[in-house]
Amino acid sequence: MPINLNRSQAIIREKRLKSIVGYQGTIKDLADKSRSGCLKNAGRGFSQATNCNSGCAQGYLSSIVDAAIVNHGPVGCAGDVAGSNSVYQWGQHIRGQEHKRNVRIVNTNMSENAVVFGGEKILQDAVRTAYERFHPKAIFVTTSCASGIIGDDVERALKDTEAELGIPVVPVFCDGFRSQIWASGFDAAFHALLTRIVQTPQEKRPELVNVINFYASGRDAVAEIFGHLGLVPQFGIPFSSISQLEHWSEAAATISICGTLGGYMGNGLEQKFGVPYVTALQPHGIAGFDDWLRKLGETVGKQQEVEAYLAAQKELVAGELAEIKRKLQGKRVVVGMGPSFAHNYIRLLEDFGMDVVWGFSWHYDAKHDHGGCPSCTLDLAEKEKDIPVSVSDQQNHEIINLLRKVQPDLYVGRHPGQSVWATKLGIPTIMISDEYSAFGYQGTLDFGERIIDALTNNSLAKNLSQRIKLPYTDWWFEQEPFTFLESESDEYVTVR
Amino acid sequence: MSQCVEQIRHVCALGAFESVLAIKRAVPIVHSGPGCVSKLMTTLGTQNGHQGSGYVGGHAIPCTNASENEVVFGGTDQLRKVIANTFNVMDGDLFVVLTGCTSDIIGDDIGEVARKFKKSGKPIVYVETGGFKGSNLIGHELVLDAIIEQYLEPQPQIEPGLVNLWSVVPYQNTFWTGDIEQLSKLLAAIGLKPNTIFGPDSSIEAVRDIPKAQFNLVVSPWAGLRAAEHLQERFCTPFLHYPVLPIGPTETSTFLRTVGDFAGIDRSIVEKVIQREENRYYYYLERAADSLLETRLLPRRFSTVGDSLYTLGISRFLTNDLGLIPEKQFITEDTPPKHQANVAAEFTKYTNEIVAETVFSNDGGYVEEELRKLKLRSRPLILGSSWERAVARDLNAYQLSISAPIANQLVLSKSYVGYDGALHLTEDIYSVVLNDFM
Repeated sequence: MPINLNRSQAIIREKRLKSIVGYQGTIKDLADKSRSGCLKNAGRGFSQATNCNSGCAQGYLSSIVDAAIVNHGPVGCAGDVAGSNSVYQWGQHIRGQEHKRNVRIVNTNMSENAVVFGGEKILQDAVRTAYERFHPKAIFVTTSCASGIIGDDVERALKDTEAELGIPVVPVFCDGFRSQIWASGFDAAFHALLTRIVQTPQEKRPELVNVINFYASGRDAVAEIFGHLGLVPQFGIPFSSISQLEHWSEAAATISICGTLGGYMGNGLEQKFGVPYVTALQPHGIAGFDDWLRKLGETVGKQQEVEAYLAAQKELVAGELAEIKRKLQGKRVVVGMGPSFAHNYIRLLEDFGMDVVWGFSWHYDAKHDHGGCPSCTLDLAEKEKDIPVSVSDQQNHEIINLLRKVQPDLYVGRHPGQSVWATKLGIPTIMISDEYSAFGYQGTLDFGERIIDALTNNSLAKNLSQRIKLPYTDWWFEQEPFTFLESESDEYVTVR
Repeated sequence: MSQCVEQIRHVCALGAFESVLAIKRAVPIVHSGPGCVSKLMTTLGTQNGHQGSGYVGGHAIPCTNASENEVVFGGTDQLRKVIANTFNVMDGDLFVVLTGCTSDIIGDDIGEVARKFKKSGKPIVYVETGGFKGSNLIGHELVLDAIIEQYLEPQPQIEPGLVNLWSVVPYQNTFWTGDIEQLSKLLAAIGLKPNTIFGPDSSIEAVRDIPKAQFNLVVSPWAGLRAAEHLQERFCTPFLHYPVLPIGPTETSTFLRTVGDFAGIDRSIVEKVIQREENRYYYYLERAADSLLETRLLPRRFSTVGDSLYTLGISRFLTNDLGLIPEKQFITEDTPPKHQANVAAEFTKYTNEIVAETVFSNDGGYVEEELRKLKLRSRPLILGSSWERAVARDLNAYQLSISAPIANQLVLSKSYVGYDGALHLTEDIYSVVLNDFM
């Protein structure tokens, strides 16, 4: 199912990308089943708290500098806002901004009264309040489980306020229960931008490349590299302005730091405005970065410049890289991240000479919006070694059970709230919170050194593991990690 | 005025799963959408003093992660499955089923599901905490109601001196663990035996012992009162309501005298403790007085922004003991209307007939507007959440975080309660002042 920009709602990943949250097997089997179209989601008879798509949608949009968010739901649906604010403070900090401000998110504070009688009026009031307080260039309205179930006509309510305020007031449909894939929330956010914010190009700018990322700590590195190619990066969506986003259609290409994140926006821009989306491995590790930059070079006709740059880099890092590989050779590692990061980091850790003994991904997209399987998955599947992998939406019982049995030398994770559990098992743990970790040649070296440090002194994890008890029964640790995975379960059920 | 809220300082009723986590080896089972726990934990935990998962928090919490399927066809089958397997997988002593909006709006009968497990001998209670039912402070009361009603049994004997403490709301009040430790120490000092229901010394035995207590002690403007009333109703346990969190010598000494009198403790024992603690407090304060008084850097006026528990306790200390003057005090926990008048009245009882104006609002955006309207003659002190850091910079105010969410501080065992806590608060306030220019 392709991206459909004529609808008000993005189609969720389960339907669009055949995405799943339950699977156990190997990377080759996963790729085979994805290609043949027979990959099925497995349900679970036991599950633990995960995340919902609303968090991704409102968190991402809240970092647009001159927009505001209205979150239509009970106050708890804005519980993540304190977190969005912290990363927003961080983003301002690394940009050296003097007058840091808070994120601009208003919650409609839905009460029992609204649940019974409808919440359209409090929604309109909140939109007006957000407008008066922030004078934003656009307001994005994120929905909730409650607003969805009670059937508030959000679109109609917002049309009225939009006419009144004279700025885009855009619904972002991200009811928590509608998708089990929290990354569907990124799509919901991008859908809102593609359908309501990005404008028809006034001109074409052959030097400009849209770079979809999170907080863009690697801005300077990317700008320097792109400079060698005669290109100028335009980072987003965090810290973009509405007027910058309006012109995203004018770029020569779009590229993303993360395949899971950027696919909807990249392919949407290609589909609607003809801006080519670079489908490549992620720029993490040498092979990934080479592929990322080469595919960009091919897209914008800068192949020679890319090759010259890469050749120079290879020579620069050869000695240090060899030393890192020598130290990491054969170390056993488990990876747990979102699908694109997981499958890209597995490659880079294997390239270090490490032995990836298990790969968790927090969901898996059987295909991406360009039509094919994720390139990072195919790349791994073509290698000689077949790596055991599973798909779980951060199901802690599976992860802890497996880690306890496998006892790796290292756990490399992404997404908050999971790495701590590997640490509690006494396993040296690295959490990749910065999307520019292991970016390019220098980043790969830095990351290698970070692993070496993690392996050098594990006293915190070791001491902790000896003093705490895990919240699981002995019975559970005697079971196989994927006991509760119900294979060949029913297809995804949907109404609407 | 619009009912919307910005810069949120509490979450919804379901956030009370954190109160369950505060009881050692108690396990919440959450029947809600997939993102509720993660979101609520952000405001109450990770961005609030950096309180993390602990024993069975965060992604370890059993949850049905309700999808469209459960919303359309009902979620009780999946809930039954998750509960049944929780008993096999999770190692706990008490299991509390809490619901979110999805379940409460579609009307899943979770009571029926839970009661079947209870009949088979499982330690399980259930409570409906759909987000639209109110704040997590209300949710906290609902959880306590459920435990009192469904789990506690009458005990054959009352244990003299045993006292249940109902005060800080776990996780919501960032310093809750340290506060419980300090309050317990104060009670123990006058010869009482605090029954520790929440925090590092808690246990399921303590929960079971709740009906054994000589009395219930509510140290809070209103949160916890309902539990004490409920316990009086069910087990005839008397209760004492002390509305102020005791911070500093004036309030703490009054607190100890009041509790001592209620418990029938010999006044001389209480007075001895008070004298010892006050002497210690003033030993330190005497040494600090040179700086506090001579440098004239200590702000003259202050505003607090936070739960009434803290705004009241801290404003009493700063006014009665430290000689500061209260500007507007902002109470942000969505105080139930029926309690507002009583809470506001407490802000009129300062030394020197000083009275503070109170503003009840859980809308941080409104609070910010009001703070910007204050007529300030010198650099004020704003004690609030980390949301206030931005407005404090704009107003050239000193800022110290004392209420949720506190993202800019790591809080472990710290507490501002009692004599010792007041010293720490003085240290922290003056350090903010010094770090501002040093």
